[in-house]
Amino acid sequence: MTRGQAQLRLSLEAQGLACGYGETALATDLSFTVPSGSGLLLRGPNGAGKSTLLLTLAGLLQPLAGQIALVGHDPDDGPAIHHCGHRNAVRARLTVRQTLDFWADINGRNGIDAAAALDRVGLARIAGLDAGYLSAGQQRRLVLARLLVSRRPVWLLDEPSAALDADGQALLEALLDAHLDAGGIAIIATHDAIAVERLRTLTLGVAA
Amino acid sequence: MTGFLGVLRRDLRLALAGGGDILTLVLFFVIVGAIVPFAVGPDRELLARIAPGVIWIAAFLAMLLGLDKLFRPDRDEGTLALYRLADLSLPGMVAAKVIAHWLTAALPLIVASPFLALILAMDMDTYWRTLASLLLGTPALAAFGTFGAAVTVAIRRGGLLAPILIAPLSVPVLIFGVGAISPLGGPDQASAAMLFLAALSLMALALSPFAAGLAIDWGEE
Repeated sequence: MTRGQAQLRLSLEAQGLACGYGETALATDLSFTVPSGSGLLLRGPNGAGKSTLLLTLAGLLQPLAGQIALVGHDPDDGPAIHHCGHRNAVRARLTVRQTLDFWADINGRNGIDAAAALDRVGLARIAGLDAGYLSAGQQRRLVLARLLVSRRPVWLLDEPSAALDADGQALLEALLDAHLDAGGIAIIATHDAIAVERLRTLTLGVAA
Repeated sequence: MTGFLGVLRRDLRLALAGGGDILTLVLFFVIVGAIVPFAVGPDRELLARIAPGVIWIAAFLAMLLGLDKLFRPDRDEGTLALYRLADLSLPGMVAAKVIAHWLTAALPLIVASPFLALILAMDMDTYWRTLASLLLGTPALAAFGTFGAAVTVAIRRGGLLAPILIAPLSVPVLIFGVGAISPLGGPDQASAAMLFLAALSLMALALSPFAAGLAIDWGEE
């Protein structure tokens, strides 16, 4: 069985989750279940804990309380989560293509081909350009290509539409739609409207 | 394995694309060695006697210079978080970093070491032993250095802390490194020192990826 086939049965479940840094809890008592083929839009004012929740779900931060489980995921299938944070992990001196190849190397090449991914996000023309010269929007597009070269069932996106133009916004929505169609899970922290069906909204308040 | 090679390729590319980085290390290495004759005076015998120590100190200091580039830029731009979610174990990633660090921060020094040998009036026989001891000992310095960089990466401005942290670990490397070149008690002890040096390198190479991987895993975003 190849990786990715198992994702139809997946669901991401959080029980009484609290996240934050050290003693400071930013969001508390979160419980939700996101079955495959659906997603969650995280909304809330600045500082409500959206990014922190994504980091916690990704396993990059320890939860202060509660549990997170990815039900139905076989650890033998490799990591299940793509996390795209504020920072794009794009380094000057490497070309666009080299950057994407590097990501495919460390994350596993089980998605579409790197050249096809660059074409999909509209960066094929500048594949040989030093990634340090990319604009903020182009860097976000390159990050979207990272989601395509390695197939993983769970996407955690932190303000993916920031700096994207109207075309980029449409591209993001199309990619999300295809991802959910394939049985994926997406959790997105954003202030923009993302016109994709099957996305529920979870509003985080400012921690009292 | 693809991930391991990917990390290695990226780090080598970044080091070579910068160009200046490697040259800076080599120049620093040569300059540290070159100012010693001015400081201690042009006494050829004295210079030849302290030359092994000078070369090792210069190599140790030059390798410290590259430490802050190992993990800090990765952390600042977000690649370190990617590594933690990658289909590549953290020790595997660190092992690739150690090799890249040795190739870009130690090998150029070894290549440049004949210049220092010339400046320090080393004879040919001593130079060959210096070369052997550098080849055997610098992997341990690279491994300890990578470990120090991994432990301090989560600390802001921790770049100065890493050298302090790894200095005690590096002392045995310097002792046996110099001991392998200038035997105080005959050739037997030189070869014993050489073996100790090799053992230190093997141990450091084997353990540091796991220790550094743990440090990175525990460090918070």
